Amino acid sequence: MKSIFSKILAKISLPFLAFALAIFSGGILIAFSDRTVLPLIGSPWKFFTAAVHSAGNAYLALFQGSIFDSNLAKNGSFLKGFYPLTESLLIAAPLILAGLSVALAFKAGLFNIGAQGQFIFGAIGASYIGFAYELPPILHVLLALITAMVFSAIWGGFVGLLKAKTGAHEVIVTIMLNYVASFFLLWLLKTKVFLRPRAINPLAPPVHDSAKLPQFLGSDIRLNIGIFLALIAAYFVWWILNRSTWGFRFRAVGANAAAARTAGISVAFVTTAVMSISGALAGLGGAVQTLGSQFELTPDVAGSFGFDAITVALLGRANPVGTVFAAILFGALRAGGLTMQANTQNPVDIVLVIQALIVLFISAPALVKYIFRLKGLKGGASVASKGWNG
Amino acid sequence: MSLELRGITKSFGPLVANDSIDLFVADGEIHAILGENGAGKSTLMNIVYGLLSPDAGTISVGGKELNIQTPTDALAAGIGMVHQHFMLIPVFTVAENIVLGHEKTRRFGLLDLEKAKEEIRRVSKEFNFDVDPDAIVETLPVGIQQRVEIIKALIYDAKVLILDEPTAVLTPQETDELLKNMKNLRDKGTSIVFITHKLREVQEAADKITIIRRGKVVGTALPSASQEELASLMVGRPISLDIKKKPAQLGEVVLSVKNLNVHDVRGRRLVKNISLELRAGEIVAVAGVQGNGQSEFAQALLGLEELVDGEILLDGKNITKANVRESLHAGIAYIPESRELDGLIASFSIAENLILDLHDLEPYAKGPIMFPNVVAKEAEIRVKEFDVRLQSIQDPASSLSGGNKQKVVLARELSRPVKLVVASQPTRGLDVGSIEFVHERIISERDSGRAVLLFSTELDEVISLADRIAVMYAGEIIAIVPSDTSRAKLGLLMAGVRPGTKASA
Repeated sequence: MKSIFSKILAKISLPFLAFALAIFSGGILIAFSDRTVLPLIGSPWKFFTAAVHSAGNAYLALFQGSIFDSNLAKNGSFLKGFYPLTESLLIAAPLILAGLSVALAFKAGLFNIGAQGQFIFGAIGASYIGFAYELPPILHVLLALITAMVFSAIWGGFVGLLKAKTGAHEVIVTIMLNYVASFFLLWLLKTKVFLRPRAINPLAPPVHDSAKLPQFLGSDIRLNIGIFLALIAAYFVWWILNRSTWGFRFRAVGANAAAARTAGISVAFVTTAVMSISGALAGLGGAVQTLGSQFELTPDVAGSFGFDAITVALLGRANPVGTVFAAILFGALRAGGLTMQANTQNPVDIVLVIQALIVLFISAPALVKYIFRLKGLKGGASVASKGWNG
Repeated sequence: MSLELRGITKSFGPLVANDSIDLFVADGEIHAILGENGAGKSTLMNIVYGLLSPDAGTISVGGKELNIQTPTDALAAGIGMVHQHFMLIPVFTVAENIVLGHEKTRRFGLLDLEKAKEEIRRVSKEFNFDVDPDAIVETLPVGIQQRVEIIKALIYDAKVLILDEPTAVLTPQETDELLKNMKNLRDKGTSIVFITHKLREVQEAADKITIIRRGKVVGTALPSASQEELASLMVGRPISLDIKKKPAQLGEVVLSVKNLNVHDVRGRRLVKNISLELRAGEIVAVAGVQGNGQSEFAQALLGLEELVDGEILLDGKNITKANVRESLHAGIAYIPESRELDGLIASFSIAENLILDLHDLEPYAKGPIMFPNVVAKEAEIRVKEFDVRLQSIQDPASSLSGGNKQKVVLARELSRPVKLVVASQPTRGLDVGSIEFVHERIISERDSGRAVLLFSTELDEVISLADRIAVMYAGEIIAIVPSDTSRAKLGLLMAGVRPGTKASA
């Protein structure tokens, strides 16, 4: 028991410490960007208390906006105070899926920068089935999700095929295909099929109610079964990687392609298969976003999901469980950031700074170890510092 | 100049790599330091060269005690070192590499290479090195690159030259050249510390031998000592270097290769018209200097080469166009040339490495589902059978020593029902104990009725294991000769002198 516990501790301590450092440095930034704090710099004690007060308020608002808000709890039951947490999870669901897409590819030695494009194709597929057909509820959702995954699997698999057949580097190809996907979406939204009747701006018709992902905490709470889809997908990715022959091949190619080839594993097949599955995961993320919270296809449906996905997978050290937690953390930062902006004078951008700081500290394990005077803390450099050689 | 070490001690955590080592290298002497991998030879020399600092002990050069903290100190004291892995920049010329770190400049900060080139030509001529200062390093054969390293040491006035496993990367011819050059250097007054685990080279070149085992000096010997004596001192138990094998019991033809050609993507023909038959119960060794198409031939048998024509029949079945998986399943065991690169996945557990090519077969998997418990259970059996020394089968393969890594590869490949064993350089870089194990295993494979195709650049290995020897030169098999062929004749064949033609230099 003890060894399992210490193993887990060793695994999470680095991301945790990086998070703590980011929060600390972010606090300093918040204090310095507060106009009421800076003039007090003449008297150190006043300055210090004002700074702590300012940062504390901002983080309190962040907490209230992302996890628990006691004001909401007062008006009704205690549980209602957790409304912000459901909002965080709502944002986290598509991010988990997109993050898994990057993480899975990474385990097979592929750097999938294309989650953004794959996400867009998933959103297109889900949206089309959602508004163009009228079907019984469960069937409608299923069909929309499957279509989204097929679209994005083809989109992602194409990259794998290119790499397998021509040696084209997946980083370049996926970056470029992200642009293609964005502009394809923009064009698509102006076509007759997709443009909402009487709309001037590019906007697709809303999806039918039967295609929306069912909510399970009452109609006031937007959280829907998308989060379960994401968790099931995380389990699925874990299972594939660690318990299936497919995953064995994926990992073998990722760790040493030459040895995998010598053992009779087809590197070309693995590359294509991994990119297809990765594409499908990101596409499912796009579908969850479209059918779960946005309900209509817009040009910026993907927001920064596809790019945050890379950060999330990195933070989660490319392992499915880690990716889930990292995505929830990012979901919480995003949900809380809005409240922080509304309640305090801090811009929502400070959240982006904290996100960036987390990534910075995660990718510099030596720095974190030095700051905390740690010896023998395992790893960390692995994900951040390798992989660009494809 | 003489080199004297007294009581050198160095520990890494609980591991004592050097335990109060005393060593005296006389002026103008080739002193061999003999020991298995991990005995502490390299640690000792890194201390002498200033790359590591000792916990205790003193170093004297020419009778003067020195405080060597960095390689710069060592160089200043006249100590030069040629590392096992060369410290050269591949895209630089020989001259550029040699001046690196000691660049002299002309006006406007321009590099003055002419002087360096002159120096290189002078040293090169003095020792018959034949090195062109303008050649790009990466285009040079390994043997010449090593000479560049040696010249680098000599130009900066090294009087004590440390050669760390200098022959590990060399072909037999290059090795002979090196040994000759070493004697030449010695005769001109340079002391040489020669680190190795190869016994024949020690006997041939050394004036004195110090044997190190587990960080301690366990004895000294003269080159007149027998190989058995040296090996036993090195390993710490009696070693028999005589390979005992019964006469081959030939069976059916297992492998039949007809007119095999292999091209690379640039259209060069690397394997030319090879025809070869191999019967069950025999070992055919393919001898040749590295880079004469042996690797491509071996890879073509497994299906790793793309542009192959001709015919490969395994047990009568045509596998010329088969992919790797089909060839493995048709009954080929493949021990690749580089176990680190092609044989194992360093970050995978030992248990996983034992099933790399079996992972989707029963009992390890059914359909897409794998059974880690079965994988682990089978791994325990294999590990015991092949005497792999390890802590846990769940440890990564990178935690194993070279010999144990090779045992894992052997355990995986030989535990399948195979008809043909293709072994490429199976003992390269291994210590004496592991070589003994691999050789015994190869013979027992033969005796159990498998056909063995052994690729080796080590003449000793070829002669002691083979039933027949095929010599490859420039992509062709230029002769197939019996195993009692003389070394001299084999050497000529390996140099490309065809039987029936007169040797001409």
